[in-house]
Amino acid sequence: MQDGGPIKEVRLTPIRNGTVIDHIACGHALNVLKILNVSEYNIYSSISVGMHVSSNALGWKDIVKIEDVEIDSKTAEKIALVAPDATISIVRDFHVSEKYKVTLGERVIGLARCGNPNCISNKGEPIQSEFKVLSKYPVQLRCCYCDRVLENISNNLL
Amino acid sequence: MDLYHKDVVSIMDFSKDDIEGILDMAEKMVPYAKGEKTNRILDGKILGNLFFEPSTRTKLSFESAAYRLGCDVIDVSEMSMTSMAKGETLADTIKIVDAYCDVMVLRHPFEGAARLAAKFSDHPVINAGDGAGSHPTQTLLDLFTMRQAKGSLDNINITLVGDLKYGRTVHSLAEALTKFGMNITLVAPESLRMPKEIVDHLEAEGCHPKSTEYLEDAIKEADILYVTRIQRERFPDPTEYQKVAGTYRIDKALLENAKSDMIVMHPLPRVNEIAPEVDETEHAKYFEQAANGVPVRMALLNAILGGEL
Repeated sequence: MQDGGPIKEVRLTPIRNGTVIDHIACGHALNVLKILNVSEYNIYSSISVGMHVSSNALGWKDIVKIEDVEIDSKTAEKIALVAPDATISIVRDFHVSEKYKVTLGERVIGLARCGNPNCISNKGEPIQSEFKVLSKYPVQLRCCYCDRVLENISNNLL
Repeated sequence: MDLYHKDVVSIMDFSKDDIEGILDMAEKMVPYAKGEKTNRILDGKILGNLFFEPSTRTKLSFESAAYRLGCDVIDVSEMSMTSMAKGETLADTIKIVDAYCDVMVLRHPFEGAARLAAKFSDHPVINAGDGAGSHPTQTLLDLFTMRQAKGSLDNINITLVGDLKYGRTVHSLAEALTKFGMNITLVAPESLRMPKEIVDHLEAEGCHPKSTEYLEDAIKEADILYVTRIQRERFPDPTEYQKVAGTYRIDKALLENAKSDMIVMHPLPRVNEIAPEVDETEHAKYFEQAANGVPVRMALLNAILGGEL
């Protein structure tokens, strides 16, 4: 067998324009893609996903780069629910023109549904779901209507 | 806390002092609740009694409490009799009824309904039970009954037995008991244990409840035995109900192991958790407990509507 030499490590390449979502807790990159509503029908640019990438701060992390899309603050708030340490970099012409850490406020409004099917917030009333943030690590939310703690946030994102 | 014009959604909205203030006022209401004295301090006020789920005690005792204070009552007893049957939202129903009354009492099958009602109503809303959620006025009358029987609520051993998963009264009660430093023992079959978030909350408040499946062990130390019905209507699967129905039954033989001054409470209705033979013993306090719904609700209405006694 012919020796082809050492295998070259494949890295995520820099993007010209778009958004880099970095410092995602390991294993949550796919949840971030879900929040970005990525499907074959609505994305017309390249997406790079790095999972279990070495990180100085987190040990291991996930990273998502999405070209030609600049995410808005509501999406960033939603990302904070599954990746509270994530940083968002908006890239324009290979330069980071904006960089910030996602933040989780005291209340989360209209971003997730209550996991309790019998909760009034799931019954077609003219209200937005509302949760009190009990803790950030791990993210724990309590429904302001039925007082239940939301068990599986990523499965209940709106 | 000044309760004037305040909503009563969850017992957790009250401090220990608030609760004791209501119980003190309820004590003063007892002769009026029994009809031994009369007054009309809430004359001209209207209570909207909205019951979208069946109820006997809560609905009637609110009515009785209102009438004893001279307050009029308008009511709804069935969802099918309202515009909600035509698809109207609860929010709209509340906004409409809000214009017809000075205070609203709401029982509803969905958890969080009272919180929603409080949001859409300008007048105060009292939660009379929302699905498997809170039932704060039941908790107040439970505490009133305990204080009456034991003289104080401090350092009491209380055993909660039965459906601790779906029973809304025990959830509200357990959370209130932590404020008084009571020692709690939880007795339930594995499938009906108290939800983890409530146990976590009790722990966070410094209360460390013991858990067991065996009532015989727990009853010896108890000062209060609080029994709940295993509620058929809360089980998604009837076969699951059959598995646990009749797990615990309080009868005279069981009570032989109890302290002589131990009291038995039950939010009622009972099915067969407590044998009728217990009714004649000194332990039975559940009918007094139901009667206490009137003075406690009078105290609450009086405080919310700004009556002066």
